[in-house]
Amino acid sequence: MESGFKYRDVISITDFNRKDLELLFDRANTLEQYSKSRLRLLENKVMALAFFEPSTRTRMSFETAMKRLGGSTIGFTSEEAISIAKGETLGDTIRMLDAYSDIIVIRHRLEGAAKYAAEVASVPVINGGDGKQHHPTQAMIDLYTIWRIKGGIDGLTYGVLGDLKYARTSASFTLALGLFRPKKIYLISHPLLKMRENVKRYLRSRGIEFEEVERADDVIEELDVLYVTRIQKERFPDPSEYEKVKGTYIVNMRLISKAKSDMIILHPLPRTEEIDRKIDTTPHAAYFKQARWGVPIRMALLTLIFDVEV
Amino acid sequence: MSKELIVSKIRNGTVIDHIPAGKALTVLRILGITGREGVMVAIVMNVDSKKLGRKDIVKIENRELTAKETDMIALIAPTATINIIRDFMVIEKRKVVVPSVVKGLLKCPNPTCVTRIEPIETVFETISTNPLILRCVYCGSELGLEEVETQLVSSIT
Ligand SMILES: [Zn+2]
Repeated sequence: MESGFKYRDVISITDFNRKDLELLFDRANTLEQYSKSRLRLLENKVMALAFFEPSTRTRMSFETAMKRLGGSTIGFTSEEAISIAKGETLGDTIRMLDAYSDIIVIRHRLEGAAKYAAEVASVPVINGGDGKQHHPTQAMIDLYTIWRIKGGIDGLTYGVLGDLKYARTSASFTLALGLFRPKKIYLISHPLLKMRENVKRYLRSRGIEFEEVERADDVIEELDVLYVTRIQKERFPDPSEYEKVKGTYIVNMRLISKAKSDMIILHPLPRTEEIDRKIDTTPHAAYFKQARWGVPIRMALLTLIFDVEV
Repeated sequence: MSKELIVSKIRNGTVIDHIPAGKALTVLRILGITGREGVMVAIVMNVDSKKLGRKDIVKIENRELTAKETDMIALIAPTATINIIRDFMVIEKRKVVVPSVVKGLLKCPNPTCVTRIEPIETVFETISTNPLILRCVYCGSELGLEEVETQLVSSIT
């Protein structure tokens, strides 16, 4: 079947539509059972992992997905990237990888690096995170987790909590929700960490109801899904301000006691103290499943990009 | 008193009319006109306009604008009209159009945008003309009218 993914770059989640994502979810669902197998679907394909910035999870997840499909990987670590970057432009590095591989996954500290790489490369480029901007495959995993557990994305009430300004995962997740018909989105953050204007404008343009609030306590009862991201101390000009507010954005048993019994909590991981470990064993915790489904989603994405039947 | 009585006609050159009131000097700066060029430049500010209420007008002798200059004026004075004058006659009337894509003209305000580090021409998409909002296609950062004006003026002088 012809899909919107065939030989396409994956730069931003908004490059795709609802139909594309539903196709991806169906494919991932099929592939879940093979996430510990070695298939031979991409036997002759080489993936270049261009991780200019360290990210063990994302890198290992892509590598595992490629190898489970029978493909192989090449790449460099962030330390090697430093020496490559010396005296060579990003464009030249990408041209080299373009010559060696069939697909490039790039992680880079600069916003727009993946888009630029895609302009330079002839092979498809997947954005594995560019600065504080996009992380589309993470958003795919996030939505898949909801789709798998809740049976769909539409009609639910969402809370996005934490660092909405700098965390690319919260932005990508919110943009991704804009491709569906959520009932309402609560953007829950400290005033200094409010969602970026361009994301809000996007929601408005899609006619999606959202509200910015400061406290999770005020809306927790309404939520079907709570998406949590880490707040970094560095984001606050005054460290004492951080100490004051961090408690407000910690998800603990007291907060959860007011939630619907089937409310689920997502987190892109790694987490620090923003989710109390006591929650891990409750039915609310969906973040470990979310992490596990990173491999089947990326396997599904690769099979769709390379247009192989499963 | 009509504006024609304040400022005489020019033989050859450009008349930029319907500039939003108060923006005439910015337009001149963007065109790099300091007044030391020796050509006649007339500036009329805050005159009555049926369309705009108040407007500015700039007349420049012996100068025809390039496409790039027209684009720059469109960004900061989208209501402007440009009349090319030859031998006291208007030979061409152009309405400026805010370009849908602005290439190479502006710098991205985001210090960690790939265009700030790598040798890449900037590309901005116009996502709104009133108020003016341009968005960097690489990093999504937005530029408003004030920032665009500041950049265009400082890129010339
Ligand atoms: Zn930019």
